[in-house]
Amino acid sequence: MANKLLDKVEIPQDRYEMRFSGSGGQGMILATVMLAEAIGATDDRNVVQSQSYGPEARGGASKSDVVISANEIFYPKAMQLDFLLVMTQESMDKYYSDLKEGGILVVDTTLVTDIPTDNYYGLPFTRLAREEAGHIMVANVIALAAIAEITGIISKDALTAAVLKRAPKGTEEKNKKAIEIGFAEAAKLKKQKGS
Amino acid sequence: MATAVKEKQKSNVVLDYLRPGKAMPTVWCAGCGHGIVMNGIIRAIDKTGLSKDEIVMASGIGCSSRMPIYLDFNALHTTHGRSLAFATGVKFARPELKVMVVTGDGDALAIGGNHFIHACRRNIDITCILLNNYIYGMTGGQGSPTTPSQAFSTTTPYDNAEKHFEPTKLAIAAGASYVARTTVYHAPQMEKLILNGLLHRGFSLIEVISNCHTYFGRLNRQGDAVKMINDFKERSVPIARAKSMSAEELEGKIVTGLLHKKETTEFCDVYQSVVDRVQKGM
Amino acid sequence: MAKKERVLVLGNQACVEGAIYAGMRFYAGYPITPSTEVAEGCARELPKIGGRFIQMEDEIGSIAAVIGASVAGLKSMTATSGPGYSLMVENIGYAYMTETPCVIVNVQRGGPSTGLPTKVSQSDTMQAQWGPHGDYTAITVAPSTILETVTETIRAFNLAERFRTPVTVLLDEVMGHSRQIISLPEPGEIEIFNRVKPTVSPEEYLPFEITENYVTPMPAYGEGYRYVITGLTHDQKGFTTNKPEEIAPKLHKLRHKIIDYKDEITKLRAEMMDDAEIAFISYGSVSRAALQATDIARKVGVKVGCLQLQTIWPFPDKEIAEICGGCRKVIVGELNMGQIVNYVRSALPGDIEVVPLQRYDGEILTPMQLIEKLEEVL
Repeated sequence: MANKLLDKVEIPQDRYEMRFSGSGGQGMILATVMLAEAIGATDDRNVVQSQSYGPEARGGASKSDVVISANEIFYPKAMQLDFLLVMTQESMDKYYSDLKEGGILVVDTTLVTDIPTDNYYGLPFTRLAREEAGHIMVANVIALAAIAEITGIISKDALTAAVLKRAPKGTEEKNKKAIEIGFAEAAKLKKQKGS
Repeated sequence: MATAVKEKQKSNVVLDYLRPGKAMPTVWCAGCGHGIVMNGIIRAIDKTGLSKDEIVMASGIGCSSRMPIYLDFNALHTTHGRSLAFATGVKFARPELKVMVVTGDGDALAIGGNHFIHACRRNIDITCILLNNYIYGMTGGQGSPTTPSQAFSTTTPYDNAEKHFEPTKLAIAAGASYVARTTVYHAPQMEKLILNGLLHRGFSLIEVISNCHTYFGRLNRQGDAVKMINDFKERSVPIARAKSMSAEELEGKIVTGLLHKKETTEFCDVYQSVVDRVQKGM
Repeated sequence: MAKKERVLVLGNQACVEGAIYAGMRFYAGYPITPSTEVAEGCARELPKIGGRFIQMEDEIGSIAAVIGASVAGLKSMTATSGPGYSLMVENIGYAYMTETPCVIVNVQRGGPSTGLPTKVSQSDTMQAQWGPHGDYTAITVAPSTILETVTETIRAFNLAERFRTPVTVLLDEVMGHSRQIISLPEPGEIEIFNRVKPTVSPEEYLPFEITENYVTPMPAYGEGYRYVITGLTHDQKGFTTNKPEEIAPKLHKLRHKIIDYKDEITKLRAEMMDDAEIAFISYGSVSRAALQATDIARKVGVKVGCLQLQTIWPFPDKEIAEICGGCRKVIVGELNMGQIVNYVRSALPGDIEVVPLQRYDGEILTPMQLIEKLEEVL
């Protein structure tokens, strides 16, 4: 009798649930907004983005969920993650258990060292931003581009347009470079993993 | 004969502005200075040539704040202390209207102190007439932010331990661009200062010292209305003369006249220029 | 017909879009999390259409300016969250008494006091009806999606103008801070109601007339109808009164102009209720979890339905009784310690069990929590 209903029910498979998590100031919310806008501008999929954060603008835990579906999206938050991006150790420890079996985990290896699985995509987004793209601020865009390459959720053109729409004036070149780096590094990684 | 007609016309000016259908008398005690101020306001408005429809008179709560109900303008009798915030909404929504606020020392400076300094700061085109009688009259004689130190009220029965505000100094410091003070004794000066306040584009404060003989006078042994108003006369010093007087000499005096005037931009005008710029895509 | 543009809209921005669509041209407010994006959106958008935005010194001044602008003829709005709403209730009461149309948006966060600025709650539901002191009847609407935030804000303005009363839009942190790809309504798609203006001469005009249908025309300041607006109890001319025979009709009007026209105000969304044996009753963001739970449970054969209250006040008791009449049980989900559950209980006959499901830890109820409760009561 106990949990009969709960055993039977299934979380709807028509929802693709993503979470971007890190700390305030890493641009997790903005990255999901750009992703949602890119999808909205490209096709008819429904997209809902929601976020949760502490009272501080910088430094506190920050997460942003994106739910994508061909059908009407009722519940706006993730129920069982198909995808998780973690940019800090804190968010790794907090959200890894929300990732479903077979879900995709992407990790910023600059800041996250303790990873409870071998099955993940690790790239040093923060270091790449600082050393290759010229500014730490674009780490989220590098991550976003890498995610697009890894998941195929959005095309490079659509993503570039969405990023440039939101990028502050004068940062267009840095952002374009960040997108290139993200796609290239993720492609390399995929190849390695494939072999 | 000619003089009699002229006198009659003069008094009719006031009657012309009383709200039709409103039962009199007012809530004010016999001899209250507030009636003199109402008279002065009417005469000043009459000189502006503005129509009654163009004038909005807002107020809060207290004896002075009843005034808009008696006058034939667009009347907004609001909550305690908030009249300047309501008036800001009216003026900003329809800048073509002439917006006035009638307030008292408790209404403007205690519960409404925050709205008062911010209305001054914005320099929004509102003419604010502050009837300062040093006490809460309507609730029966409690101390206000202008009750002088050591004065008596029903809430300072052993004398006032607090210090008092000088509303004109507060207004000048907060950014008001027209600040004047007078008393109910100085009726012609009051009319002139209110008129110039109405003609000034920006926030204008005209503080009028008024007599509450019922409470302030009685509790502080200052006598009846006539005695109190005479006392205002005795203690008043025109600003021109006050400038050459020492702080000691000015102790207990009421400095009257135009205390401060600054030509500067007005809030609604500046916002309109922002709107124009945005609409032109600049 | 050309396909509508799809845009990603933040809940708080959806509120701005709806308000402007409804004709709002005046916003006064004070920054407070999680509502601030409403103010920011208005500051950005209103100058473009010749409207006016002002950041006031506090929430008391904000609602005062909103009422002032409304009597001057502009549709006006403010937005805030619990602590700010608490400061506003004084002048919201003034708007009830003076029958001034305006819209107040409350993007709810956890309370009491400063509470949880960035966390969701529905604990101001009662406050939306009972905030100010005195007797009056409130209208409160509660959207649950981003598109509904647009349309319910429009409806709030229509109701405010139609009934000459303040209307509260209850959002919450999840609503205000989530985004969704939507298509905004086209001009003309949704009907807009504007306040009725007097047709009689100023001499004949009674600003607070008690008419048969309680509609009292309202001129703007400057249009030739000079009258008194006062928060003191007043007669039909607007003059203050202490006469029992004038006091009671005024208060009677404040209540009956709303409750006698409840059918025009009440709005609900019923999903899968036709054969439902158990119903989820909820409003705001919880309805999204309830819809999800309904969808999930239906797939395994549970006869459950979902009833969302888009109008919370006046409480839609008659409609709830009608729609849930065939249910054995209803589950009332709220992000508080039970603010509408007793209203639901008194709306339903005694043989329908009313089961509360409450969460007040700063998080939204999840579909799985609703399903767990469903399992308990099956």
